[in-house]
Amino acid sequence: MLAARSLTGALRSSAKGLYTVTLIPGDGIGPEISDSVKRIYQAAEVPIAWEEVSVAPILKDGKTAIPDDAIKSIRTNTVALKGPLATPIGKGHVSLNLTLRRTFNLYANVRPCVSVKGYKTPYDDVDTVLIRENTEGEYSGIEHEIVDGVVQSIKLITWDASERVARYAFNYARDHSRNRVTAVHKANIMKLSDGMFLTACRHVAKEFPDVKYDEDNLDRVCLNITTNPKPYSDRVMVMPNLYGDILSDMCAGLIGGLGLTPSGNIGKDASIFEAVHGSAPDIAGKGLANPTALLLSSMMMLRHMNLYEHAAKIEKAALGTIAEGKTITGDLGGKASTTQFTDAIISKLTSA
Amino acid sequence: MVLPALARPSVLRPTQQALRSATTLAAGFPRVSKRLPTKYGGVYTVTLIPGDGIGAEITDSVKEIFEHVNAPIEWEQYDVSGETPGGEAVFKQALESLTRNRVGLKGILYTPIDSTGHNSWNVAMRQQLDIYASVVLCKSLPGFPTRHNNVDFAIIRENTEGEYSGLEHQSYPGVVESLKVSTRYKAERIIRFAFDFAQKNGRKKVTCVHKANIMKLGDGLFLNTFRQVAEEYKSSGIQFNDMIVDNTSMQLVAKPQQFDVMVMPNLYGAIVSNIGAALVGGPGIVPGCNIGRDYAVFEPGCRHVAKDIMGKNMANPAAMILSATMMLRHLGLDSIANNIATATYDVVNNGKVRTMDMGGNASTSDFTGAVISNL
Repeated sequence: MLAARSLTGALRSSAKGLYTVTLIPGDGIGPEISDSVKRIYQAAEVPIAWEEVSVAPILKDGKTAIPDDAIKSIRTNTVALKGPLATPIGKGHVSLNLTLRRTFNLYANVRPCVSVKGYKTPYDDVDTVLIRENTEGEYSGIEHEIVDGVVQSIKLITWDASERVARYAFNYARDHSRNRVTAVHKANIMKLSDGMFLTACRHVAKEFPDVKYDEDNLDRVCLNITTNPKPYSDRVMVMPNLYGDILSDMCAGLIGGLGLTPSGNIGKDASIFEAVHGSAPDIAGKGLANPTALLLSSMMMLRHMNLYEHAAKIEKAALGTIAEGKTITGDLGGKASTTQFTDAIISKLTSA
Repeated sequence: MVLPALARPSVLRPTQQALRSATTLAAGFPRVSKRLPTKYGGVYTVTLIPGDGIGAEITDSVKEIFEHVNAPIEWEQYDVSGETPGGEAVFKQALESLTRNRVGLKGILYTPIDSTGHNSWNVAMRQQLDIYASVVLCKSLPGFPTRHNNVDFAIIRENTEGEYSGLEHQSYPGVVESLKVSTRYKAERIIRFAFDFAQKNGRKKVTCVHKANIMKLGDGLFLNTFRQVAEEYKSSGIQFNDMIVDNTSMQLVAKPQQFDVMVMPNLYGAIVSNIGAALVGGPGIVPGCNIGRDYAVFEPGCRHVAKDIMGKNMANPAAMILSATMMLRHLGLDSIANNIATATYDVVNNGKVRTMDMGGNASTSDFTGAVISNL
């Protein structure tokens, strides 16, 4: 983790020894679930001071942009926690997530998926970690219509970006005692592009003789994880953008959807941890939302900041509350409100 | 190019001849209508390409079964291999044979992953013969429970363009561009194929799988074409919706029952067909085919070479046998096809003779023997 942190610069800590972290509550249910996280952190005495900012887009030179003070805050603190953002619909609107990704060079998306006890799905042995290259590939945005009805979309793969994400994957594997990295590819079809991604991974693998490295075809990984995800609990998977997008959501599906899966975006200039689910405007403000995804994302954040003990403590309380099944939110099959669920986690924390 | 006739795909030129359209599907599978495959003295000549890995073993099963029922099929076998040097010559002969016979049964050919190796011949074959529609059927087997039940959907995948265009270049050291080509023409014909398939097979809903939120032009073209074609089929009562590919993958492993017919560009098809196969019991039991206007090649729906178990007599031949029965229906030999398919499903559902992939310890030849004794 140290290696990862050094990539994002120094953390900012206040005079009281608190780390300052930017909090973007987000839209819809965002403020409610952010509140829940804040209360839990207070109860667990996590040494973090929140700096709340809004990223509601403003018009700048005729283009939508993120407010300067939000950018400044993230840049100084280098760590941020983010709730869901409503995607504005309309032409020419670049998504805020994409803007954040570009502004802070968020090059690696980390998506762990662990079966949650107490929420039954057809799979109960999921423990996968997926690291996705986040800046190029099929998401390069380079497309053109050559003649009417013929479109070329360019998948861009660069050595630098491939090497960078591979190195993060190996570091992550080492720090999280998952001593194996598997590169997922389709180099039998895309020989040059995915081929270079693999070459970069092999190159980095040499620097990590203690971490096992292998490669697997995307088709086979889809097949094998869906059949039986268990063998994938010993490794970190690393892959280009689109494959990562699809596989990470597939793994989320195995454990019950995006409401239970955390996500972290690691960048050169900052790292942003976020809930990847939607802003759920239909239940916003009703006190029904499930804060688990944001809470678990913040656990990734704590570990990223080397606050392992706090992370383990809160994680135990949160997962324990869900496993008991007495005080859980509606989406998990319970009747509790966001506040009741939060209270239950807090009482577990303080009684432990 | 050895095959001048194929170098310029005939479908790009308007032709006067009555072309076999996708609407001639019957009994679930495409069938030849106007242009019959080669048939001499009541016997069809079919090109057989066993392929690499377990291909030889599982096509042997088919040959044995066909011999037993005395199916009017004569094989023209080409042992193409993507692994041996000089395989290209045999591959070209096999392609010539396919253009003569119009119908083929094939295993999967190995493709090396290093950049100096040859391009995928599986893809080359689909592109040159313009067998544009890949059909893969994923259906839960009552006798073989998996984590999911009541799964029953068909995957219709564009087979000739998209990410598999094979157009790549290094524009600067360390910077590679890979072209995904999407055309309205190919989008429209695969989407029509999907709707026709749904109509002919009593399916209720067609779902378009895409990533148009990111690839606004490329997948946008596919999605817009889908919406336009769907309008034309409104009167047939077939419902339609669209879903982003990442969400589709999530829904597939959580609630696969919501899908009926799915249509998608090439790469997403690879992903969805593998997830689909895993839902119902693995690549060993999922049949498939590639259909074009002039040619049809039948191969297992989940395209794996399975080198790890090759030559061990362990492979499950069910997918290949079922693909071969799809071929028989395509040739109009429905009763033989139904007999073999029923016998195969009986063996699977009975559960006494199961290969390793389905949790048993029967060999490939045991399975074949069980199918034959069930006939």
